[in-house]
Amino acid sequence: MAKYNLNINGKARQVDVDPATPMLWVLRDHLDMPGTKYGCGIAQCGACTVHLNGTAVRSCQLPVSAVANEAITTIEGLSEKGDHPVQKAWLEHDVAQCGYCQSGQIMSAASLLKSNPNPSDEDIESAMSGNICRCGTYLRIRDAIKTAAKK
Amino acid sequence: MENIKTKYNRRSFLKSSALAGGGLMLTASWFASAKAADKMEALNLPDQWNELTGYIKIMPDNVVKILCPNPEFGQNVMTSLPMIIAEELDVDWKNVVVEMGPHDNVKLGPQFTGGSNSVRMYWKPLREAGAAARNMLCQAAAQTWGVPVSEVTTKAGIISHASGKSAKYGEMAGKAATLEVPKGIGLKAPKDFAIVRKPTKNVEGQKIVTGKPLFGLDYRADGMLIAMIQHPPAFGMKLKSFDAAEALKMPGIKEVVSLKMYEDGFEQGGFDTRTFNDLLVVVGKSTWEVMNARKKLKVQWEPIGDIKETMAGRGGKREVVVPGGLESTSTQMEKMQEYAQKPAQQLRKDGDPETAFKNAALVIERTYTAPFLAHNCMEPMNFFANVTAEKAVVAGPLQAPGWAEPTLSKLLNLPPEKIEIQMTRMGGGFGRRAYAQYMYEAALISQKVKAPVKLIYSREDDMTYGIYRPMYTATYRAALDANKNLIAFHVKGGGIPENPVHANRFPAGAVDNYLAEGWQIPSNITIGAFRAPRSNFNAAAEQSFLDELAEAMGKDPIEMRMEMLERAAKNPVGKNNDYDAARYAGVLKLVRDKSGWKGGKDGKYNRGVAAYFCHNSYAAHVVDMVTRNGEPYVERVFSAVDCGVVVNPDAATNMVQGAVVDGIGNAFYGGLVHKDGAVQQTNFDKYRLIRNQEAPKSIEVHFVENDIDPTGLGEPPFPPVFGAVANALYKTTGKRHYQQPFKPESASS
Repeated sequence: MAKYNLNINGKARQVDVDPATPMLWVLRDHLDMPGTKYGCGIAQCGACTVHLNGTAVRSCQLPVSAVANEAITTIEGLSEKGDHPVQKAWLEHDVAQCGYCQSGQIMSAASLLKSNPNPSDEDIESAMSGNICRCGTYLRIRDAIKTAAKK
Repeated sequence: MENIKTKYNRRSFLKSSALAGGGLMLTASWFASAKAADKMEALNLPDQWNELTGYIKIMPDNVVKILCPNPEFGQNVMTSLPMIIAEELDVDWKNVVVEMGPHDNVKLGPQFTGGSNSVRMYWKPLREAGAAARNMLCQAAAQTWGVPVSEVTTKAGIISHASGKSAKYGEMAGKAATLEVPKGIGLKAPKDFAIVRKPTKNVEGQKIVTGKPLFGLDYRADGMLIAMIQHPPAFGMKLKSFDAAEALKMPGIKEVVSLKMYEDGFEQGGFDTRTFNDLLVVVGKSTWEVMNARKKLKVQWEPIGDIKETMAGRGGKREVVVPGGLESTSTQMEKMQEYAQKPAQQLRKDGDPETAFKNAALVIERTYTAPFLAHNCMEPMNFFANVTAEKAVVAGPLQAPGWAEPTLSKLLNLPPEKIEIQMTRMGGGFGRRAYAQYMYEAALISQKVKAPVKLIYSREDDMTYGIYRPMYTATYRAALDANKNLIAFHVKGGGIPENPVHANRFPAGAVDNYLAEGWQIPSNITIGAFRAPRSNFNAAAEQSFLDELAEAMGKDPIEMRMEMLERAAKNPVGKNNDYDAARYAGVLKLVRDKSGWKGGKDGKYNRGVAAYFCHNSYAAHVVDMVTRNGEPYVERVFSAVDCGVVVNPDAATNMVQGAVVDGIGNAFYGGLVHKDGAVQQTNFDKYRLIRNQEAPKSIEVHFVENDIDPTGLGEPPFPPVFGAVANALYKTTGKRHYQQPFKPESASS
């Protein structure tokens, strides 16, 4: 066990955990932030996507010991009032069915738009293919990203 | 339907609920039972809610809270069911707050999410609840104003009278709550619908996009421990012995325990699937710690042999022998081929198919197979349980709380009134969560370790723990006369461990000589309902076969089906045909028109069509395929659905689009392989699910417009996707595909 000082959603948080613990479980079990989802544990489904210094990463493969004081952003901290353009576009297109994968989808989409504000259809499909949606809402995910890109 | 009056004395209710004040309270059980009174108090209503019927509460400030009876797994019931109440109640949807109801089959009905039944089953009761509440509010206003109730009108939550008097619902709620629930109130004509049929946003949308804790896996309680089960590495194996010394030394670990789920002779309910009965459980403080400790267990497994199960489900009490042995997909395939040759159970026979086949000018015979499929809900199975000697509180994702409660009660030796089941939002269901085994496990673990626990399946557990879509095969035969007329049709289907054939479905009723037969092979690999059970295979096989048949008859595949359906409508063969031939033809006509169907080609697109009836609804798709990077790719889809009144059109469209994507994915890649009882696909690196770039560019969804009471939607659009994909694949590659998945070479990503 070791103590880590983390910077999560702009706030300093401290945890005392096994250094190998993935950020996914640090967030969910130790910091009571369950917006980041467990789907596969092997970086195949994208449900656990968070931002590390603004870039999408799979938190199930990110040990707490590798984070140091780099900025972690989770779905809970993507915007203060839940009004990030991607979140708003998700509501406008009523994307979700079960909703479980959507925080990961939204974090991937926000990261994509940050690095590529006007993505082509191919850019979107390629960037979003690491996030599985079992309900099959992919068409709405694409549409919502295009709407968010306009704002 | 009967309205039971459960009279509450205002004072005694307020006293027992410790309410500070607020309006009058009336409780009325919509689903008749005297037990309503006990359940009512457990609701713990907040101050000032006036409850009108089981589903509706109205605040003095006009906010209307509507309880959703059925658990939500993405099919939009938390929005669409309250819309139905709000429609008849005549309120402004903006003032509606929706909350998931507690498990209470007395007050809230069957509460089963599955079988595409939620909207269908609740359509009438919910309309009646809304209409009754509206009538009570009108009566309250009429009494207050001293006018006849017939002169009182409502509009979007406001009650008015020609004299100029008007009041918000909230102002009359207290008085209304003292009235008896009326019977036989008239319902709106569909032309007057103001909420139903209007696209309405998901009521939990904001919570979903901000990551609020909605799901079972997000559930937390003080002092809660995490539990994980180490299950055998293969079906046909069980726990022999274990050494937990190393695991117990790991940080955060509290206990390692073994326990038995069902004792010998335990009467299992119809949905109590027994996958692994001897549980080896690691309990600790956090998920990561438990996952790591579990790897340190030293376990001996042994073959299980035949198991006798006592089932007491809908079919009555019976003994079932589950065979022992380690099964492999290759041997299962051989066994299916062997059974397919044996005499089978006759399910339906019209005319004289034997003679017709003997006299045929041409007989076409094709055999189709499909593998086991894992549900792969994005949220793995999990459940919270806190079981004490006095009470059990369980919370998590569950499709059928009403089926699970009796078994849980027996397993825990606690009466149902001491069991509280809370239903969280589900991260997918697809049928999997109708089997509550994981809930029983959580409860038994909590009882054993005497602590609140949350049982979590890892993805690997979830994929290898059983309850799959069965493995199926079917052989179709058609007899044509010298003029290429269809004179006989024969389907003989079987599976492991169930027979898929729906004997009374189309084309039964459309062919003079018809024979349907079925068989099954017992297995220790557990199975369960998977989005449109049996139909999801039948539609693939039969609709591919009909395509091939149309080609042999020299007919357009849509026209050929239309002719057969016309026959079935005008002069049906046999009895008990379970579909409406006119509605079936209706979706084909709609998809033909909307897709501009002119045969199997449209510009660059190779087209496949299929239609199917299941779960009381009709669906047809035209799938447009191209070759992209050397691979067949479904670029465009047109869908037509007849499910009667569409309650929430935008969400319904989303559901159909999702079903199409799901269907394409499973048709191309879906499949679970066993080797010596061990599942070969353990996670998404080996079990391929369809991804964003493989989904079509467009899926255009059209609904048949009619005023028929709504029927199912979650399942019906799914099965025909398989057939349409197979038929487009033939146009694209020139080869017929008889075995799913159609892209086995790329089945692992």
